[in-house]
Amino acid sequence: MKRTSRFAAAAAGVAALATVAACSSGGSSGTSSSSGTSAAALTGDCAQYQDYAGHSGKTVTMFGSILSPESDSLNSSWADFSKCTGITIQYTGSNTFESDLPVKVNGGNAPNLAIIPQPGLLAQMVATGAVKDPPAQTVKNEDNWNAAWKGYGSVDGKFYAAPMSANMKSLVWYSPKYFKDNGFTVPTTWADMMSLSDQMAGKMTGAAKPWCGGIGSGTASGWPATDWLEEVVLGKYGGQVYDDWISHKVKFSDPQIQDAMKVVSDWLQNPKWVNGGVGDVKTIATTTFQNAGLPILKNECGMLQQASFYEAQWPKGTKVGPDGDVFAFKLPAVDPSISTPVEGGGEFVTAFSDDPAVQAVQNYLSSPQWAESRIKVAPGWVSANEKVDQSLYTDPIDQLSAKYLADPKATFRFDASDAMPAAVGAGAEWTGMVDWFGSGKSAADVAKAIDAAWPS
Amino acid sequence: MSATYVSLASSVAGQAATTLLGAVEAVLGFVAILAIVFFVAGRATGRLEKPLAVIICLGPALFLVALGLVIPAITTINNSLTNQQFLGQQKTKKVGLKNYVFAFTDPYTQQTIVRTVLWLVIVPAVAVAVGLLVALLVDRMKYASIPKTMVFLPTAISFVGAAVIWSYVYNYVTPSQPQTGLLSQVVIKLGWSNPPNWLITPPLNTFLEMVIMIWIQAGFAMVVLGAALKAIPDEVIESARMDGASGFRLFRTIQVPMIRNTLVVVLTTVMITTLKVFDIVFTINNGNFKTDVLARQMYADMFVTSQVARGSALAVILFLAVLPLVLYNVRQLRREREIR
Repeated sequence: MKRTSRFAAAAAGVAALATVAACSSGGSSGTSSSSGTSAAALTGDCAQYQDYAGHSGKTVTMFGSILSPESDSLNSSWADFSKCTGITIQYTGSNTFESDLPVKVNGGNAPNLAIIPQPGLLAQMVATGAVKDPPAQTVKNEDNWNAAWKGYGSVDGKFYAAPMSANMKSLVWYSPKYFKDNGFTVPTTWADMMSLSDQMAGKMTGAAKPWCGGIGSGTASGWPATDWLEEVVLGKYGGQVYDDWISHKVKFSDPQIQDAMKVVSDWLQNPKWVNGGVGDVKTIATTTFQNAGLPILKNECGMLQQASFYEAQWPKGTKVGPDGDVFAFKLPAVDPSISTPVEGGGEFVTAFSDDPAVQAVQNYLSSPQWAESRIKVAPGWVSANEKVDQSLYTDPIDQLSAKYLADPKATFRFDASDAMPAAVGAGAEWTGMVDWFGSGKSAADVAKAIDAAWPS
Repeated sequence: MSATYVSLASSVAGQAATTLLGAVEAVLGFVAILAIVFFVAGRATGRLEKPLAVIICLGPALFLVALGLVIPAITTINNSLTNQQFLGQQKTKKVGLKNYVFAFTDPYTQQTIVRTVLWLVIVPAVAVAVGLLVALLVDRMKYASIPKTMVFLPTAISFVGAAVIWSYVYNYVTPSQPQTGLLSQVVIKLGWSNPPNWLITPPLNTFLEMVIMIWIQAGFAMVVLGAALKAIPDEVIESARMDGASGFRLFRTIQVPMIRNTLVVVLTTVMITTLKVFDIVFTINNGNFKTDVLARQMYADMFVTSQVARGSALAVILFLAVLPLVLYNVRQLRREREIR
């Protein structure tokens, strides 16, 4: 009797020990090591970081969806800042960032800073009460961005998160060589683009088609098609309808959105035009967006609508430029009366801590100084910051994107699905697009399913 | 550049040291607490002895059960009765059974539930049948270990790994192009000029995904049922044979009744695993193209599309669906013990 009870207690003890150990390791990882040094004057090359001094020895944790090798460029971009101020920025990237962040925040394990790529997710995080107000200097720096960008970093009119990077979605990738060899010219209007597609379809044989596309993206499958629809809505009706669409004042079943879906299906569900190098229309649903553009290099596909960040998908050695293997042109507006519609995406630095060291990093990341430092590290990155020296961009795609993103006459709008509630923007709309392309579900039925999923 | 790496390395090392120190502290603290508790418990006599022993023995277990099972269950049930959309949302209100009504009236979720039931019926039945068949057939074979190993090996592969392997098998390329998928290649060689795009063609895709689960589970069924078959006393089989039973008759009247309890345990175990199927569907096509199942939709509601309340309702439904199976299993085991 005595023996058994002692054994049971020991067994329970081992189990409890495991929990204690697990808790203690979980708790210690989130906190930053503390040491209070006064703001000594920084000298030499470090003098430019004087505003951020006085937090030597501190560690700031940062969490985002940016993965290596792009995250390596991030780490290099603030290496000097870290060295001079003594603040260690510990960046962690996750490819399931959108689902990880709420779990971390809800579990009391929030990172000091998070790089949030969606205004919708930012609004959610603000609603949990965990997001801290930005420091005065960051608020002042918001003037570096135009009103639209500031708006996307705000929730209910209150500014929370400074924009970090920007990407341009309204691009069409093509092969300048192939265009030149066949006498095709880059279209500047929607009508031109349609007749070019016809012209191309007439010349191409076998599996080659004028357009290619892929909307497969693991758990995010469907997102490239939401971009296609967004481009058409913005380019056909302009900013107001687009904004009303995001706020569900204009429903998916609305005749305007239905018309836009018709334009998309005439364009990218046209069996004569897609799916270049792969197969029929349905293969768009199963081709990954990463592989979608590769037939362009084999002249099996004429064009691909994809964002500026698609540059990273081309195989090593592919020459990107106006006279290279691939380049991009600005997707023309469906309705020529809409002034330069530009759809974009971006990231916003959100703070879950108001520690002075965290605020120093936050301030630094909202400064043109940091943006320029990041541009110099590696191409493939554009800042929406208007104060940034445009001449620093060396990459032709970056130059092209920066030109349109900073164009004051452009009708700039953020990716609509990223701004819609997640139940739609990351759920029903993605599923709807996959059904639309992959199962041939009608546009009306797709719209009905998406509208029904809108949270009440 | 190198300076950054050095500082990074030192900070990582520092962190590891801190973590290790923390762990050591926790262990020492825990041992100290235990020592005190045992000391007090050892000193206690008379009236206090028994209740104290009960607390010390049962306390930690109850605490862990509460922490890992009871509290989350209550939280989930509570969440399922609100209109909570995302984790940590501050303003929520009670909406009663609205989320359950939604789950059973929403056409998409209805399909999910029907599909999950299909999984629940087909997979355990086929997996157990295959397992039993193999166990019977190879029982007295000369090199029984070879086919047994072949069938058992998949059991060791994770669901995600298995899904990835099979996604190559089911890969689809337009027939005019070089084939990369084994299944397409085989059927084209057999003369089918235009095979379907396997994984996006419902309802075919659901059955193809079930094959993966059966592939994994059949090995488990084979091993357990094989052992049960071996445990049937030879005298019983011999006397049955002398009475003229052989082949299927022997199987149906002697072997099956003798391993009935094992069959039930294997069947319910596979059923419970099947009810929780998530990884395969998630990896193959994330519930798209009409392949969604309850656990996958619950995960998406909870973590992807910010519908925590709806997800919680699905979790509760899943929990309630498993419960009768578990209870039946427990009852069966208890009965077996009584017989012994």
